[in-house]
Amino acid sequence: MLPDKKGYFGSYGGQFVPETLQPALEELNAVYQEIKKDNEFWAEFDHLSHDYSGRPTPLYLAERLSKYCGGGAIYLKREDLAHTGAHKINNALGQGLLAKKMGKKRIIAETGAGQHGVATAAACAMLELDCVVYMGEEDIRRQALNVFRMKLMGAEVKSVNTGSRTLKDAINEAIRDWVTNVHDTHYLLGSAVGPHPYPMMVRDFQLVIGKEARQQILEKTGNLPDYVIACVGGGSNAIGIFHPFINDKDVKLIGVEAAGRGLNTMKHAATLAKGRSGVLHGSKSYLLQDKNGQILETHSISAGLDYPGVGPEHSYLKDSGRASYVAVDDRQALEGFKILCCTEGIVPALESSHAIHYATEIAGSLTNTQSILISLSGRGDKDIDIIAEAMKLN
Amino acid sequence: MSRIKNIFRQRKHPALIGYVTVGYPSIEYTLRVVPLLAQSGCDIVELGVPFSDPLADGATIQKASYHALKNGVNLQLCIDIAKQLSEKVDIPLIFMSYLNPVLSYGIENFCRNTVDANVDGVIIPDLPPDESLNLESIAFNHGLDIIYLLAPTSTDKRIELVARKSRGFIYLVSVTGVTGTRQELPQYLETFVNKVRKIALQPLCLGFGIANAAQAKRVAAIADGVIVGSKIIELMQLDDKMSEVQNFIQDLRNVIDEYN
Repeated sequence: MLPDKKGYFGSYGGQFVPETLQPALEELNAVYQEIKKDNEFWAEFDHLSHDYSGRPTPLYLAERLSKYCGGGAIYLKREDLAHTGAHKINNALGQGLLAKKMGKKRIIAETGAGQHGVATAAACAMLELDCVVYMGEEDIRRQALNVFRMKLMGAEVKSVNTGSRTLKDAINEAIRDWVTNVHDTHYLLGSAVGPHPYPMMVRDFQLVIGKEARQQILEKTGNLPDYVIACVGGGSNAIGIFHPFINDKDVKLIGVEAAGRGLNTMKHAATLAKGRSGVLHGSKSYLLQDKNGQILETHSISAGLDYPGVGPEHSYLKDSGRASYVAVDDRQALEGFKILCCTEGIVPALESSHAIHYATEIAGSLTNTQSILISLSGRGDKDIDIIAEAMKLN
Repeated sequence: MSRIKNIFRQRKHPALIGYVTVGYPSIEYTLRVVPLLAQSGCDIVELGVPFSDPLADGATIQKASYHALKNGVNLQLCIDIAKQLSEKVDIPLIFMSYLNPVLSYGIENFCRNTVDANVDGVIIPDLPPDESLNLESIAFNHGLDIIYLLAPTSTDKRIELVARKSRGFIYLVSVTGVTGTRQELPQYLETFVNKVRKIALQPLCLGFGIANAAQAKRVAAIADGVIVGSKIIELMQLDDKMSEVQNFIQDLRNVIDEYN
């Protein structure tokens, strides 16, 4: 199974970090290889996933949404019901336990929408670890609820006011902190990006989404879904739900990126659609960059997708053709958001709303024996202010 | 022999290496300050290629990078500026660039055009020797030195790897951290340098955090070269006449020359 020993998925991945961090990555990789085979570790992870996060999360047949679209059956994998309100808790718990194993007492994390920050703050409170979360100034403004939640759970939230003041810059700042405090600090990276072993490790902790969903849909319908759809920023919920279906060749895997104000503007975050290969934040992957190799500023209504890079395994899946990637703009995401609220009484995160919109676009063309599985990666309470503002404008 | 290596061969004293971000505070300033650094006592000058996401840099160089990009600086322009500078100064010039602008430019083009511009070496902080791609062999064919870094956290195994691969010299990062001036350099500097010295044959130049003559003196006592960057950039902010930069470099030169 990919990645190879050096952390490559085909030509993507690797470990492009300053020398100071190389020994820390070597240590992390060595410890992770050990715990991969450690039944006690996974028993603890499963126990916490069950009793603390509330797993398994349900698989829900969205009948009214399916009927509204008039075609295939739409199933929602309810990661929004996991503790702290998104799939991010899976990885936060896994890496939190790992940090304890390594004897690191201080955790740093970056966050965009704040979901990873909240999950990390929760895991740290429960595992008795110190927690510092870096968050772009712009994101602190637009995700105020999550900032407050992090603080309530004892995390220190550090505002980042460099560059575009969003997720990319929060990662830069977290890496700078890690370089400085590497002796006692674990960087709890929240997406399937960054240097090896992060893309592999984050994926492994998120595999639970796809494993559960695959079993649940087989139990409910006796069949595999025709489509698996997930939003892609860095791509952790998408890789988690895609991966257990990779060998099911008839299942189409579709990642949905943020087209922001449109793919023909400079205001989007559709890395796989519009980027080209480059190196940022420790790995080689598709990247939104100008002709001189400078990283472009991105835009999406959802802070969690507002990132110019993408996990290396998604770049590999795109090039190999096993997964395809599409883009949904801000306005369409809002439509996806509204339709799920009023048909099913579920308030999705703006990130997940991108996946919902795309599903509603294709569902009508399917027969009623076909099905779509959507990763409903998070709940939308955090986005209420943004949505209120956007609706006023409409 | 490379011109960089030759510096350490010729000089009886530890080398002084200055860093500037190309295009900060202006392109015209860069064209004037590099000859001044050479006259004031720098043996080598590092030309920093600005990047949008300089994650190994502290606030000072981040800001300089940001301004340089606003001034329209890109890698091609850095190469053009280096070429002009190499006609004015006789000391080796080194590019310091993050990897992505180099990849975007194309490794073959980069090595060829850099050597054509009389630049002698390249430092890429986010390219460890484990990932050196085909850059090493292409650079070697063009006679361009790839200079690798070591940090206080580097294990013996990593020191051996860098000792096999680094050309010109080895850049020792004095602290676990990003670039930027420090009040104090860490206690373990001597141990760190000695540890590398036991394995590597290359000249060892130490940078990150050096901001005054006393610190430079301590570094000169143990290393083959002293690298200063952020402090020079800070002085540029204060003084457009460049006399502060000049005085600072001369002071460092004087204390460093006490060692041989």
